[in-house]
Formats: sequence, C-alpha cells, structure tokens
Amino acid sequence: MNKTVNNRAWWLVLPVFAMVAFNALIPLITVVNYSVQETFGNNEFFWSGTTWFKQLLHDDQFIDSLQRQIIFTATVLVIQIPLGLVIALCMPRSGPWVSVCLVLMSLPLLVPWNVVGSMWNIMALPDIGLLGKGLNALGIPFNYTRQPVSAWFTVILMDVWHWTSLVVLLCYAGLVSIPDAYYQAARVDGAGPWAVFRYIQLPKLKHVLTIAILLRFMDSFMIYTEVIVLTGGGPGSTTKFLSIDLVQKALGGFDLGPAAAMSIVYFLIILLLSWLFYTLMMRSEAK
Amino acid sequence: MTGAGGIFDLAWMAWTWQTALFFIFIFGSIAAMGVWEYYVPGGSPRRGIFGLDTTRGDRLFMTLLGSCFIFLAWLAFYGEPLWGGLAISLCWAFVVFRWG
Repeated sequence: MNKTVNNRAWWLVLPVFAMVAFNALIPLITVVNYSVQETFGNNEFFWSGTTWFKQLLHDDQFIDSLQRQIIFTATVLVIQIPLGLVIALCMPRSGPWVSVCLVLMSLPLLVPWNVVGSMWNIMALPDIGLLGKGLNALGIPFNYTRQPVSAWFTVILMDVWHWTSLVVLLCYAGLVSIPDAYYQAARVDGAGPWAVFRYIQLPKLKHVLTIAILLRFMDSFMIYTEVIVLTGGGPGSTTKFLSIDLVQKALGGFDLGPAAAMSIVYFLIILLLSWLFYTLMMRSEAK
Repeated sequence: MTGAGGIFDLAWMAWTWQTALFFIFIFGSIAAMGVWEYYVPGGSPRRGIFGLDTTRGDRLFMTLLGSCFIFLAWLAFYGEPLWGGLAISLCWAFVVFRWG
C-alpha cells in the first residue's frame, strides 16, 4: 500500500523559517550592506565599495588581534580537550559519587560570564587575591595589570576553569553510552587500560570530541565578556582579542562601515575553520 | 505599508542595489540547487580530488566560501579592480563542481 505524502506539513516549518530570517539572515544581510557604505550619522549613507575591506586587510591592529586570537584559541583547545577527556575518564561510572562529580563539573558552567571575569579579577589581584598574592609570596612575580605574561596566564586559566567542564560532561556522556559488551570483549582478549582507551573509548568518543572541539573553538574564538571584565584587553593591547577590537570599532568609534567589514571577515574565518575541523574529523572517520 | 515610520519601512537599512544583487545571486544559487535536485535527485555524492565526500550542496558551499577568500586575498594583494579575483573564483567554481 502506497503511503500518501502530505506536503502541506511543510507549512508548519514556516514559523521557524521566519524566525531564522529575522534573527539571523536579515541582520547578516544588513551587516553586508553596511560594510560597503560610510555613514556620518543622521541615517545618511554613502557608497564606499571595498574601501573598508582593503583598509582592514592592511590594518596592523586587526592582524595583531587575529594573531592573538589564534594563539589563545589554540592554547585553550590544546589544554581543555585532553584535560576534559582525562577528567571524564577518571570520573566514577556508578555509585553516589557520580552525582557529586556531575554537580561539581556543572557549577562553572552556571556562572555568568561577567561574574567569571569579576571572580578571576579579584582572585588574581596581586595584593589581595588568592592567586596573585600566593604566586608573589612564592617568589614568582605576578601582576596581571602590568605584565603581559601574567595577564595571558590569568585569561587562559580562567577560560580553562570555566569551560573544561563542558568537555568533561560531553566526554562523560560519550563514555557511559559505550555498551558494556565492548569492555567484556576487551577483558576476554586481555586488553590493558591503554588498549581499551586507544581501540574502544577513543574511537567511540569521536563524534562527541568533534562537537566538543567545534563548540570550544567557536566559543573561544568569540570570547569577549570574561576578558573585557578581567583585563579590559590590557596591559596595553596584549589581551585585546578580535571581539574586543570589533566592539571598540563599532561602539567606541561608531565606525559602522569598518566594523561591519571586520564582522564579515571574522565570520568567514570562523566559518572556514569550523568547516575544516568538522570535515577533517569526519574524513578521518570515513577512512 | 511603506510610509515613513511604518513597520515595514526599511529605509533605515540603507539598501544598495549592489547588496541586493549579491544576495539575489546567493539565494538564486540555492534555489537553482533545489531545482537541480528536483530533476536529478540524490545530490550526486562522490569523493573528489580533495579527498572529501561531497554532494552538490557541499560543492556550492565550498565554491562560495572559497570565492570569499579569493576575493579577500585579491583585495589584500592587488586591490581594485576585482576582475582577476572574479576570474580565479570562476575557475575555482569550475574545479570544485567538476572534480571536487
């Protein structure tokens, strides 16, 4: 018996299309539109063509921010992904401690971003903060308001504290979903812990790790609130990442055209790198 | 309703015909892929010269994204006019759709 296909159901998807159009497509189109124009306020716009893109591509400040952003994202990914995986592997799979561990791991994710920045701001203060004062007491000179290395150390530590939990929870969810039969087979074959990790757990976590890497990549590449509260992009411009640079252009200078051009290039970089990550990880799986 | 102050008054968005043309091209390309899919269903999946499993939609995405970066690179190294960037982008599109 042939099943009747009722295409009228597609009309039910219309509200979603409308919402996506209003909250994603139209703003994106507007940004593209502004990127080729100049305004002096009073809602008057003048055609400027590719001027802002040309200016941006030769702007040392933008290139420096991009380099800092890439270094920051690479650093947090290199730390958070293995660390999150190791913590997930160490967590209990059954018993009363499971709930305790899950609650502890979820706590950093529940703290609002600006509060995270404030917490670490206070924590890292060299005269009264636990971290700052502690390091100075140990003879390690630490002042994140004056030393770029200290500022970077604090920003990275803050991000690791805030977001490693997400990787842990994703990996843990992936680990508990592996059927017990795999472990029984490994025991029968006499596989050690390393072999179990290498040939059972790691391949089974591939999708989860792909999602974790993508989420952490996109989020760390767009980091703003925590850093602006903690260091304000300083000392100097040493922790001024792309989003801070963008906001200063768009809101500080009200340069809508250059800010729109920067937004588009920023968006394209994130799109390209996310696509590359996803494609490469899926390709290695297909092999 | 298009009067000043009306809810559909889009004058504040300062539309230009160039932006409109750009998005008509993008949405037109997506619509064309829909028509293509209607006549040749399945998306023509294959493994191309880049070693990736792609469908027609993937190939359009690669073409558009690649073209954006080709234009940006052209702008950074040569500036205007952009005809050279356009020529390279068209070659890129041909390579991706033919062998990608």
